[in-house]
Parts: sequence; C-alpha cells; structure tokens
Amino acid sequence: MSVEKSDSTLARGHLRARAKLLSQIRQFFRERNVLEVETALARPYTVTEPHQQSFQLAGPADESLTEPLFLQTSPEYAMKQLLAGGSGDIYQICKAFRFGEQGLQHSPEFTMLEWYRLGFDHHRLMDELAELMQQVVGPRAIQKLTWRDAFIRYADIDPVSAGLDQLVNRVSSSLPSQSVSGPEPLRRLALDLLLIEQIEPALGRDCFTFMYDYPADQAALARVSDDPWPVAHRFELYVDGVELANGFHELADGHEQRRRFEQDNHQRRVNGDVEVALDESLLAVLDELPDCSGVAVGVDRLLQLITGAASLAEVKA
Amino acid sequence: MASYSTNEFRSGLKILIEADPCEIVSNEFVKPGKGQAFARVKLRNLKTGRMWERTYKSGESVEAADVLDTEMEFLYADDESWWFMDPQTFDQVPADPAAVGDNAKWLKPQDTCTVTLWNEVPISITPPNHVVLTVTETDPGLKGDTAQGGSKPATLETGAVVRVPLFIEEGDLLKVDTRKGEYISRAKE
Repeated sequence: MSVEKSDSTLARGHLRARAKLLSQIRQFFRERNVLEVETALARPYTVTEPHQQSFQLAGPADESLTEPLFLQTSPEYAMKQLLAGGSGDIYQICKAFRFGEQGLQHSPEFTMLEWYRLGFDHHRLMDELAELMQQVVGPRAIQKLTWRDAFIRYADIDPVSAGLDQLVNRVSSSLPSQSVSGPEPLRRLALDLLLIEQIEPALGRDCFTFMYDYPADQAALARVSDDPWPVAHRFELYVDGVELANGFHELADGHEQRRRFEQDNHQRRVNGDVEVALDESLLAVLDELPDCSGVAVGVDRLLQLITGAASLAEVKA
Repeated sequence: MASYSTNEFRSGLKILIEADPCEIVSNEFVKPGKGQAFARVKLRNLKTGRMWERTYKSGESVEAADVLDTEMEFLYADDESWWFMDPQTFDQVPADPAAVGDNAKWLKPQDTCTVTLWNEVPISITPPNHVVLTVTETDPGLKGDTAQGGSKPATLETGAVVRVPLFIEEGDLLKVDTRKGEYISRAKE
C-alpha cells in the first residue's frame, strides 16, 4: 500500500471523522438548548453494578490515598447531582473507564456521550436519540420492540413464561456449569447467552432498533412499572448488531435505589467480587431528581459504525 | 489436570472440549451492557479438523489438552499404521490411518513432517509445505504446446494426482505445494 505519511497519521484514530462527529453532537444540543457540562472523572464513589469493575487510583509507588478515588464508569451519578441541584437539561462528552473490558467492541477507556432531558419519558428520549442517529449515521428505519418480544421473535421463546429447562435448552452452546449457583443465576445466565448468541446479532439490521421494557431485575437506575409483570423503563439502541446506547426513565427514589445498590452488593459478594461503598452523595439527593430521562451513547462504537472500522482500537488516536 | 481460565485464552492454546483436543483459533470478549462478560471462542477440533464455536462465562476455566507438535521423519506404512521417528531419540511412533487422513498422499519416506501428539499419541500429520515427488503416470505431452497454458493430470509416486503442464513426462521430479495440492515446478534430485 502506498499511503502518504500524513494521510496514514490522519487515518489513525480517524481524527477528522471524530472531530466532525463531536461537532455534530454539540450542534445538535445547541439547537435544543441543552447545556454542556463537565464533571469529575475521578470520584470518591463508584458504581455497584455487579458486572462492572472500576479502576481505583493510587499515589506514587502504589501508596493508597487518604480518601479512595475511582475513575468513573459513566458520568451518571455526577450528572444526576447536577440535575437534582436544578441544572436543567444537560449533556456531557467525557471519558469512561471499565476495568478488564477489552475486545473488538470494548476498551477499558472509551468516550461516552450522556444527556438528560427534563419531562421526557424513555419513549420521547428514544425519539430524540433516533433524530441524532439519523443526523450522524444517516437515514434508516426505526424499529421499536420490547425485550420480551425480541426474545419471542429472534430466539423463539417467551422469556417470561418459559421454564428454566426450556431456556437452557434454547442456548446453543453448552452452558457454563462452573460458578453458577442456584436457579436464578442460571436463568439470568441463559438469558444473557440467548441475548448475545441469537438476539443481539439480529438487531439493527438496516435500521435503528430500540429494545425497551426490560425485566425489573435489570432495571439498574430506571423506574419500574406496576404492571402484573413489572417492566423497567429502560432501553437500549442497537445498530448492525452492536449495542450503542442505554437509557432510563430515571428513578427518583433514594430509598428504592439504596435497596437496588444493596442487592448489587449482595450479587457481587456471591460472584466473589469486592463490595462497593454506596454513593451516599447520590442517594442523598435522588429524591430531589426532577422527572427526567437520560441516555449514554458509546461514541467510539458510533465512530466505528460511521467509518466502518473493524475494531474500536482503530478509531482511537 | 492443568486448566486455563478464559482470561488466559489466546489463539494457539490447546484445550479439551467434550473430550476432544481443540486449538483456539480466535477469542472475542462479549458483554451486553448490564450483563455478564463472556468469551466467544472459535476452535479447531484437532482430531477432525472441524471448526467449533463455544461461549464461556468470563473467569470460567477449561481443561488444558496435552498437545504437542513435533518434527518427525516418516519411515514407512504397513497394514495398520504409519510409522514416524523422532530424529533425536530415534523413538518410533505409529500413527493411525485416521490421523494421517488425506495427507497420506504427500508422505514420502525420509521426509520430515509435523506430527501432532495428544497424550503422546499422533492425532494429525502435517506434511512439509513443499515436497518433491516422481511422476509415475501421465499421458505423453505435446512439446511446444506450453504457450497455450494447457495442463493434464499426473499421478505421483505417493498416489497423489496433480494438474501439471503438458511438457511433464513420466519419471520427472516435481516440486508440489501440499497445502494447495498444486504443481510448482520441475525439480532436480
């Protein structure tokens, strides 16, 4: 290949494509009067999410700090404190860090776009995210389906009514046997495997697919409906089989959030991971959170989609 | 028994799957947003050559397969086995015809092959990339017709049949690419 040196330097990290995307995003929010904010990357608290591990900072020669400091896995908690303090609609483009995540679509350090809209429910926020996608990726049809319908359509099983045996039988690869104790973790494992093997690859083919109404035990920081089969007001966006965004109609109930964090810690204990101190600075103000929805978008994956790069590493400088 | 955790997975690693030795061809980290992490692995079954796909929960461990590639000299074949010799120790090892498989047609005594041993038993044989073999049978070619780029089949001393240029005659020595099963050139002994 005979590529000019300057071109190959530019191609590395797709510098121009990234600069264009960032300016399109900022223009999008300027037009909607959403305020750009910046919050601390290193914070004294981190997430309890059972399957996310944080980097913890240390001083020189591994000296521990007097107060613990963690690199954020997302700016969610910090931004919610701004919202509770009356910031109004806000967005942020920042780095997020997740220990141990490395692959074609994962990197321990990645760029995240996150925004919150007051008075929006998750459906209205999906519509706004779709508008942004149409602008930066190009026109595509929009598909919306519930988590339950996605399993019925693409894995040919009703994840709500199916028994554990039926779920396990639908998984094509042999189910990992180790480190799974009890029927509930096994059920969750079978659902995750069905998701990655049969459902995710089918989503967002020539369209933007929004999957929404997650099971209540996957609510994280979302509100939960009071239906007979309660669903979490959470959604994810898939394009070409890749998960690009996760959003919530945000829970504004400190008491309920504390219960979920404690449940997370219980799960971490079972998994053999370290427990995480609850973010009291968030819990203290969560009842003041205005009615809002928020979403996080993986900017590097978005850039991968726009440029057609095979791996996340290719679009990073 | 030795085992490997998914975070030690890399291509080339040999593991036991359903009691068969397999080699990891590729390993991809997969993780749904709020879900658990998995390793999606493509494997080659070293006994059958078939490709398999498996998904492991991150942190799970899988038994290691005691698989070793060794350079050995092919000696001869009898009714039951193909015999190979370790050039250092002069140990002789019989390989099952199933382990030799299709590659039998490239094996000439004294050639050095890669013998894949599983628990010290040969499970597959890889011939040298290039072998030199004598033509035992081919139709008489028409000399001077080479400009047309014509070709004809030729049977070699090991039984292999390859397409050769028209000028090749019985008794010629040929250099052959065993991976593609293609004629490369005439060879001198």
